[in-house]
Amino acid sequence: MTVALEVKGLTTQFGTRNGAVTAVNDVSFSVQSGRIMGLVGESGSGKSVTGFSIMGLIDEPGRITDGQVLVQGTNMRDLKPDAQRSMRGRNVAMVFQDPMMTLNPVLRVGDQMAMAVRVHEKVSKSAAWDRAREALEIVGIPAAGERLQAYPHQLSGGMRQRVAIATALLHRPAVIIADEPTTALDVSIQGQILAEVRRLVDETGTAIVWVTHDLAVVSSLADDIAVMYAGRIVESGTAAEVIASPRHPYTRGLIDSVPGLHEPGQKLPQIPGSTPQLANLPSGCPFRPRCPRATEICATQPPHSGTDAHSVLCHHPLEAS
Amino acid sequence: MPEVTMENTMVVPSAPPEETRAERLRNFWSDYCQSWVAVLALAVIAVLLFVSFGASLVSPQDPYDMAALDWLDAFLRPGTEGSGGYVHILGTDNAGRDMLSAIFYGLRTSLMIGLSAGALALLVGISVGLTAAYFGGRVEGLLMRIVDLQLSMPAILLALVLVAMLGQGISQIILALVVAQYAYFARTTHGAAKVERGKDYIEAARSTPLPTRRVLFRHLLPNVLPPLIVVATVQVASAIALEATLSFLGVGLPLTEPSLGSLISNGFKYIHSDRYWLSIYPGLALMVTVVAINLVGDQVRTVLDPRNSR
Amino acid sequence: MLSFFITRIAQAIVVVFAMSVIVFVGVYAIGNPIDVMIDPGATQEIRQKLIEQYGLDQPLIQQYWTFLSNVAHGDLGTSMVYNISVVDLVFSRFPATLELVLVSVCIATCVGIPAGLWAGYRPNSIGAKLIMALSVLGFSVPTFWIGMLLIMGFAVELGLLPSGGRGDVGSLLGLPTSLATLDGWSHVILPAINLSLFKMGLMIRLTRAGMVEAMGTDYVKFARAQGLPDRQIVFQHILRNISIPIVTVFGLELGSTLAFAVVTESVFNWPGVGKLIIDSILQLDRPVMVSYLIMVVILFVLINLVVDLVYARLDPRVRLKGGA
Repeated sequence: MTVALEVKGLTTQFGTRNGAVTAVNDVSFSVQSGRIMGLVGESGSGKSVTGFSIMGLIDEPGRITDGQVLVQGTNMRDLKPDAQRSMRGRNVAMVFQDPMMTLNPVLRVGDQMAMAVRVHEKVSKSAAWDRAREALEIVGIPAAGERLQAYPHQLSGGMRQRVAIATALLHRPAVIIADEPTTALDVSIQGQILAEVRRLVDETGTAIVWVTHDLAVVSSLADDIAVMYAGRIVESGTAAEVIASPRHPYTRGLIDSVPGLHEPGQKLPQIPGSTPQLANLPSGCPFRPRCPRATEICATQPPHSGTDAHSVLCHHPLEAS
Repeated sequence: MPEVTMENTMVVPSAPPEETRAERLRNFWSDYCQSWVAVLALAVIAVLLFVSFGASLVSPQDPYDMAALDWLDAFLRPGTEGSGGYVHILGTDNAGRDMLSAIFYGLRTSLMIGLSAGALALLVGISVGLTAAYFGGRVEGLLMRIVDLQLSMPAILLALVLVAMLGQGISQIILALVVAQYAYFARTTHGAAKVERGKDYIEAARSTPLPTRRVLFRHLLPNVLPPLIVVATVQVASAIALEATLSFLGVGLPLTEPSLGSLISNGFKYIHSDRYWLSIYPGLALMVTVVAINLVGDQVRTVLDPRNSR
Repeated sequence: MLSFFITRIAQAIVVVFAMSVIVFVGVYAIGNPIDVMIDPGATQEIRQKLIEQYGLDQPLIQQYWTFLSNVAHGDLGTSMVYNISVVDLVFSRFPATLELVLVSVCIATCVGIPAGLWAGYRPNSIGAKLIMALSVLGFSVPTFWIGMLLIMGFAVELGLLPSGGRGDVGSLLGLPTSLATLDGWSHVILPAINLSLFKMGLMIRLTRAGMVEAMGTDYVKFARAQGLPDRQIVFQHILRNISIPIVTVFGLELGSTLAFAVVTESVFNWPGVGKLIIDSILQLDRPVMVSYLIMVVILFVLINLVVDLVYARLDPRVRLKGGA
């Protein structure tokens, strides 16, 4: 197994009127080829910003302040802007949340995909269209030739998301960042796409970072899981480990509040309180005010513990079973 | 699954949810002050208002008083002392009028016309826009058709024809400007009210036995006000510019009631004879006025735009 | 597509008809044109004779009917001041206005769109701030005053260019135009710049606003995630999108450029239609006013129609169906 993506100490800040806010705080993880890593967190936890930071697509007032993003061993952050750009789409690609918005409404699907082909490969326009058609066939779109002629508004949401995935796959990138790609879709379509993605990963060996707030999706799809809270990864490990025996109180709370993982008829447990604002985080462990296990020591920086296969950032982790 | 909403791309620390009116005003002001140009523009407007509405106090001469004019003082260069025993800082015109005084009085006329035309157009526009948005159906179709038709015609052309029909004079000009400009307010009101109307709180207010008038003025109006403020500033500036243009073209105010436009028009006759001060100075006053008002409007737009709030 | 056309044309005819009534009635209310035409010392008899000759003693409806049936025969009346057919009069002046408007629209587009793109692409750069400041000036400072400054600067002080009038007329592709001669260009350049400034300011703002908005959209982020260079994103993705509002406003503004030509033509003494309408208003030349206004209305309706068609061409989401 080769490591497709390795993130080390990634930190991204946003300048606001009240000073810099750290949206991604010292985040490290790695994903191996052919594996799917679920990056899980509530809204505002910094999971999407992490995705955009990996792509190098953070805009003002945001800035990546520290860390490394190694795609197939090359640190994206060491590269000049143009070299970085040429890695995007070719070595690392991205799929977005809302398929209604990711395609340019006034250009034909085929033109948009052909543009994406030709930016990295010097081929003729018709060859690029052929490549686009093949890509659509790979993601299971019937009558791909006709779809290429269509404008985005003529396709359904699920179809558009398949187009976006096909576009991301055009150059067989080592890594795809998928930013909640099924959140905006119907549950039935969601299922189809998840199955399709699983198959593609197995066939192509692409590594996927699947950014989502939906633990249910991740537990059925991902090989590995990283849980983010207030800009930090608080727990990570193989999906089976983390779901079966979560060690961080936050992860525990998340899993307990998933309806599907429960006996019907019982009252769902909830995590008290709400997501903290990044502008004024409590000192030490940011989960402290909501945590049932919190003590005085939690006002200091929590330590890493556990193994590579299952690590946790907590003063009082739950016992591994 | 935890009770979370989807997030898109970045984390924005949200403002505290509840703000009092005073706090909102203070926030508005501090946002406004982000641009020093806009603050300067506001100060300039204050000065202009002072010298124009206090024209009789600050100007050395009353340009309306024909008896005070001396033909011997005609075409004095800026900085020359005239028969009145004081220095004409900006020179005198062909009738011996002190240009500085004429500009102060002219500014007063221009501002008065601009402000009253803007205010009246605002009233008419709000009424038309709200009526259309509230009643919908045929009424809306007809009113907005007329408004759209008018909007596709340039205001200057409409004003020109109206003034030609109505004749010269301050009230005629104001009327022409109102007819030419109300459509902008009507369109803005209608657009904003249409959006608000679709929202639940208006439905809620309509389903209670509140009188129509109350729903319109207590519920709809406050919500369509912000975009209207922006349009109003821009329209006052453009009313002033329009009036000046009409006067320049010779269909506005006569020189006995000088507005900035008529002063410039008068000065234009002499630009080939090196008597630049007759047209340059009133023109500068006009430009500064119009640009300052537009800059203020621009900044208000920026501050009120919800997309710009961080 | 066909039903769209038919509805649109039917609407246009109604609009033109309605406007012709309003314009006719409105203009009828202005003074008495006979007073302008004749010597104040003329006898009552001559007066009466002229009034009858122009049909001014008949009821308004009768006059309007006469006017309409004349229009149907291509006769818009005779100018009371120039004493020639209004149609001939307007068409003799039209080429001058058209060339002025064309040159100024070219200037506005060629400068305004690139400037707006840049200002929207790097909104915080000094260049962008400068561009926006200029656009505020072009937008808000009255046209006639800028025209005057141009004359003072380039004609009076520097003596580089003529201060007014139209230059020598040459022939270009068989059409008589002053754009075929150097002298013609030297005359047209100042008024064209003058006329273009307002439109340029508008173009800059529109393009910038569209650009800023587009830069934040998902489709642009997606294109960047595919590794497309910014240049390609701007010209192949964004420009196509923002061209929709630009074309709309561009079309609508063509009309207002013609209207502002009234002002510019007056300042620069340009012998076009705008100057004609101002003169006819000042001299109460009723037939010229009525015909000019009706022609302007027809022009606006036509422009609106063309804009709708181009709009539909650019935005695949727009369906050309009746009503719209």
